[in-house]
Amino acid sequence: MFPARVAREMPHRYRLEAAKCKKCGAVFFPHRLICRECGHREFDTINVSAIGKLISYTVIHTPASQFKDESPFALGICEFLEGVKITAQVVDIAAADIKTGMDLQIEFRRVQTDGHAGVIGYGYKFVPLI
Amino acid sequence: MTRKVGIVGYGAHIPRYRIKVEEIAKTWGADAPSYKRGLELWEKSVPPPDCDAITLAVEAAKRALKRAGIKGSQISSMYIGSESHPYAVKPSGTVVAEAIGAVPFCRCADYEFACKAGTEAMYTTLMLVKSGDIEYGMAIAADTSQGAPGDALEYSASAGAAAFVMGAENIVAEIEYTTSFMTDTPDFWRREHQFYPQHGGRYTGEPAYFKHTTGAAKSLFEKSGTKPSDFQWAVFHQPNGKFPMRVGQMLGFKKEQMERGRLTPRLGNTYSGASPIGLTAILDVAKPGDRIFMVSYGSGAGSDGFIWRVTERIKEVQNITTQTFTLLDEKKVYIDYGTYAKFRHKIIKND
Repeated sequence: MFPARVAREMPHRYRLEAAKCKKCGAVFFPHRLICRECGHREFDTINVSAIGKLISYTVIHTPASQFKDESPFALGICEFLEGVKITAQVVDIAAADIKTGMDLQIEFRRVQTDGHAGVIGYGYKFVPLI
Repeated sequence: MTRKVGIVGYGAHIPRYRIKVEEIAKTWGADAPSYKRGLELWEKSVPPPDCDAITLAVEAAKRALKRAGIKGSQISSMYIGSESHPYAVKPSGTVVAEAIGAVPFCRCADYEFACKAGTEAMYTTLMLVKSGDIEYGMAIAADTSQGAPGDALEYSASAGAAAFVMGAENIVAEIEYTTSFMTDTPDFWRREHQFYPQHGGRYTGEPAYFKHTTGAAKSLFEKSGTKPSDFQWAVFHQPNGKFPMRVGQMLGFKKEQMERGRLTPRLGNTYSGASPIGLTAILDVAKPGDRIFMVSYGSGAGSDGFIWRVTERIKEVQNITTQTFTLLDEKKVYIDYGTYAKFRHKIIKND
């Protein structure tokens, strides 16, 4: 993972920043330069709320090499109030206890590390509500 | 006229994973009841591999901002005390500031002073606000502390964070007095490139922990003209469950003043986070007008002392976000030693 990519993705990975089209109100996560709905180029920055509803998930048993030590892990899609859907790992819960429709909250976690010496990529994961 | 300053918002974060003393003792053939009795500690928190001092700090900081009722962009300083900063070279504070939206006009540095780095960050931030140079600053104490396999420290070294927004408006706990008591004392250290810290065994007690905590406490009593019965609450650095109770009793505090802030028996030693997280647990139940006596301790060695007075606004913020006892007692996940060893990177693999 290159440092430039880590820095470029900070607005949405760190702060859950989404782009809301100033013309039609469509919300995009992560942000876009041109609205997919109306072609407008001006957006307001909004923050996605911290709690979402799990609409689908799967359990990964054969992950990419950098996630090998985390296997098996769950990957879920949550839908948020703002209308966006976000994909992230579901952690701090046994796979057998994960249920579609459950509320999950976002927590700041390490998402990827570039070996033992490289940059640490931080971002969001889903955890059960406390 | 001196500017009144204090805590405007506070928050804690604790990982959900726990390991019991029995599980560690079983692995090393040790006597669990002896350790439980000796340390007055039954279990400790364990950070999963995707959790470090920075991630704990961010979650605690978000809760502190909620209670402060301000935006991250209003924070003008970010100081984090830890002895487990994830990078040897690169600040933790920049990540936390970026995550809460405090960049770019924000002073920032990471602090190190064993377990008192967090309270030093609190003092610096309070004084920056008091000087009038900033309106709001964030001080964080966060650690994912290390203990060598089989060492006594392994039974206690745990993880957690506390964050405080300091300011001069909408204060929930005003700072009345501070002090610091510091000498060069080689009781606990980790040399560069070493995985785990080492300690001086029994030397960590009387000449180190007790000398400095009582030194700071007596200085606070003298400065403020107070005595233990003037306080509703007292919280001390807590490397185990026993030391904070013993030092409190030596100073004249009663068990009921100290029990709320003594989290070590079911949390472990969160190092920099220890007395600051204890303070958040007290603030969760404190009443307006209550006074809190706080003394940290960091090996090397030194103690910072604080006297806080709780204000009327505390009632408005206590239930705004998750309380510390909820983080401590709910949704816990117990793990075995194998999982713990994997989580804490104690198993060395080829690249």
